[in-house]
Amino acid sequence: MPDPTGLELLASVVRSRLGEEAVIQTVHHRSHGTIEVEPAHVGATLELMRDEGYRFLSSVHGADHYPEEPRLAVHYELLDMNRPDRVNVKVRVHTDSPHVDSVAPKWPTADHQEREIYDLFGVIFDGHPDLRRILMPEDYEGHPQRRDFPIGGEPILFTHHEAEGEHYPR
Amino acid sequence: MTAPSKAEQAALADYRKLEESVTMSPIERVGESEELLTINMGPHHPATHGVLRLLVTLDGEIVRDLRPLIGYLHTGIEKTAEDKSYWKVIPVVERMDYLAYYFNSMAYVSAVEELAEVEVPKRAQYLRVIHMELNRIMSHLFWFGTSCLDIGAMSLLWYSLRERDTILDLFEASSGQRMHTRYFQIGGVAEDIPNGWAAKAKAFAEQLPGRIDQFRDLIYNNEIALQRLKGVGIVSSERLLELGVTGPLLRASGIEWDLRKAAPYSSYDDFDFGVPLGAVGDNFDRMAVRLSEMEESAKIIIQAVDNLPGGPTITDDRKVALPPRHELATSMEALIHHFKLVTEGMRVPPGELYTAIEGPRGELGCFIRADGSAKPARVHIRDSSFVNLQAIADMCRGSYVADLIATLAMLDPILGGIDR
Amino acid sequence: MEVTRALNGETDSGDDLKIRQLESQRMLRGDMSEDELEEYVRSRVLTTTLDAALTWARSNAIFPATFGLACCAIEMITLVGSRLDIARIGSEAMRASPRQADLLILSGRVSIKMAPIIRRIYDQMLEPKWTIAMGACSSSMGVFNNYAIVPADKFLPVDVHVPGCPPRPEAVMYGILKLRDQIQSKPDLGWRARYDAGETIEVLGTEGVSGGGRSITTRQHQPQMPAPSAAQFLKEASIAAAPGLVLPPTAGPTRA
Repeated sequence: MPDPTGLELLASVVRSRLGEEAVIQTVHHRSHGTIEVEPAHVGATLELMRDEGYRFLSSVHGADHYPEEPRLAVHYELLDMNRPDRVNVKVRVHTDSPHVDSVAPKWPTADHQEREIYDLFGVIFDGHPDLRRILMPEDYEGHPQRRDFPIGGEPILFTHHEAEGEHYPR
Repeated sequence: MTAPSKAEQAALADYRKLEESVTMSPIERVGESEELLTINMGPHHPATHGVLRLLVTLDGEIVRDLRPLIGYLHTGIEKTAEDKSYWKVIPVVERMDYLAYYFNSMAYVSAVEELAEVEVPKRAQYLRVIHMELNRIMSHLFWFGTSCLDIGAMSLLWYSLRERDTILDLFEASSGQRMHTRYFQIGGVAEDIPNGWAAKAKAFAEQLPGRIDQFRDLIYNNEIALQRLKGVGIVSSERLLELGVTGPLLRASGIEWDLRKAAPYSSYDDFDFGVPLGAVGDNFDRMAVRLSEMEESAKIIIQAVDNLPGGPTITDDRKVALPPRHELATSMEALIHHFKLVTEGMRVPPGELYTAIEGPRGELGCFIRADGSAKPARVHIRDSSFVNLQAIADMCRGSYVADLIATLAMLDPILGGIDR
Repeated sequence: MEVTRALNGETDSGDDLKIRQLESQRMLRGDMSEDELEEYVRSRVLTTTLDAALTWARSNAIFPATFGLACCAIEMITLVGSRLDIARIGSEAMRASPRQADLLILSGRVSIKMAPIIRRIYDQMLEPKWTIAMGACSSSMGVFNNYAIVPADKFLPVDVHVPGCPPRPEAVMYGILKLRDQIQSKPDLGWRARYDAGETIEVLGTEGVSGGGRSITTRQHQPQMPAPSAAQFLKEASIAAAPGLVLPPTAGPTRA
């Protein structure tokens, strides 16, 4: 985990190469560092991180910050195997235009993981070779992992309902 | 029987069309044969480990392309976890990778402990290590048994299940359940181990290397097994790193990467153990690496039992762990803490982080986003099999269907973790 | 030496054996009358109906289909192991092909993507077939009550539910033995009559499971009974509907 200075150094590398407005903020929490960048610069940021030594993309995962906007977040968890060290690159998009450039061509491990984020959150990854639903059935409507999606499930049938002749209470 | 109505028939036809419309990547016609056949393996198939569906494009018996289709076991675990308080997420998350339940709960629990800045007492850390290493042995034993079943050496299934039953007896003694024990608690472990448990665990760990040698005798001298495993399914380590593969698959190709050594957690740096590496990265190396890992885990268990410190088994931070029951009669604060913890659950200050541990199949990470309430706002488990599965296509291209079966076995996919 | 003759069963002395031997000799010589011969057969030969014999054979050789879904599958495979061997109760071969299997043990959580596939496999199984819903997830929703999974009763008829998460192998064994008792005591496989069987239709739409998506519901129709003589024949021979039908009349309890 980079210490706060290391994190600021990384952020400054990104700022110097991609512009001041590319980095939205850096967060160092419980010795884990996160760099939040603009969605348009995510591919370039990951390449910069790769040059800095973070060559292994551990995980691409999403989160929903409902009700804060922008809602949908995509995290790219990078690992440097030599030091070893981790850094997180974060991107946030709104639901009305949830487009993020796909990093799957350059980082093949992101293939299934981006598909999962598309499936469960609805973030559309432009340039992904095969963006289809991966966990839900192909014709499913809705993105289940969003926080305003109902949890679903079966209502519990208690014995007294059955005794009263109801099947499932509505 | 009444025929379905026109509308229903149309809907059915649409659905069937949708099912068939999975597009395959364009495949170049290779040399001799112009006839490529795409068939479907699974999700119900004796060889797929769990409900994995593979679309295999065959040229005779040779696999030209392979596409895994998953989601047949998707249980919405991460969504359920957002609905439950922090303690109650543990049993839900345990059921993901159903052969590595201690690891699932460890990943989640250590992420929460980092977020909430909870310290785990030393005894609890050692107990966690013992249980995790027993689980690693158990997972590898089950993998070994079912893989040998796949390649045809059926009798090894019974031998490995026998060892596995001993481990499950140990789990039952310490926590009451054979599988999905919910033994790890935030801040430590739920309960101390009973008397005699440590001695039994050590006795098991001491006799295990002998058993593994017996397994090796059965497989390594078997010409058929060697022919099926050696030289099959080789992928370069650079490609594996690109694909995000970790765990025994990566170590079999020669890269020494083990999170227990690289970023030790839960007192793993107190123990002296090796990390077995493979040379070539074929199926035989993958098998050999896992068998050797079992021996290393046995070493860790023996060391942990020998040096097991005394002390509490859970943190004494009352905002995180229940107070001992005798305090409830005397202390008002203990009563209030107990009440708040049981009704509302513990609260975690806002923040998000990602922690990773070394599971039996590779890097098992947990991302938690806490928003200050008693329920997590996002729990995501980065499952090792989910990422490792992306390598199956590279491993199987150009080999025979029988090699596909063996490679799939050596990949050790656990669909519970893949589909979550 | 005294030779006494007595009716079979009325004396418990060693003379019984002598009497039986003498009767056998008479039978073999052809010296018995019609009634005596019938009495002889009734007392000596083990007779049974075809029903009972078939039921006995079926209940003691139930071949499960290898259908492991999730964690319960691990405990099911442990059943095959040597501690609790299901081979000793007759399930020697776990058949991979549903055409050759009798018993579908639904071991694990059934997701909405998997449910139509399980239904198809169940349809491919030949009569007589049974289902055990193993574990909490397949019987009810288990630990996860959410959008993604379906309880098994919604799309196929279940004979035995085994609770547990996962149930101990001993518990599953108990369930299989209970199923065996069920088979032996209800030889005409009366679950269809019990459930007032109709047919099952896969319904696409947004009803049923909340949150959108497909649902598979069963609908009750008037059962299409075959001609009485055929039904009588089928009942007597205890062989149920022929395989090879594309959609055999199958049932499930109707839910909301």
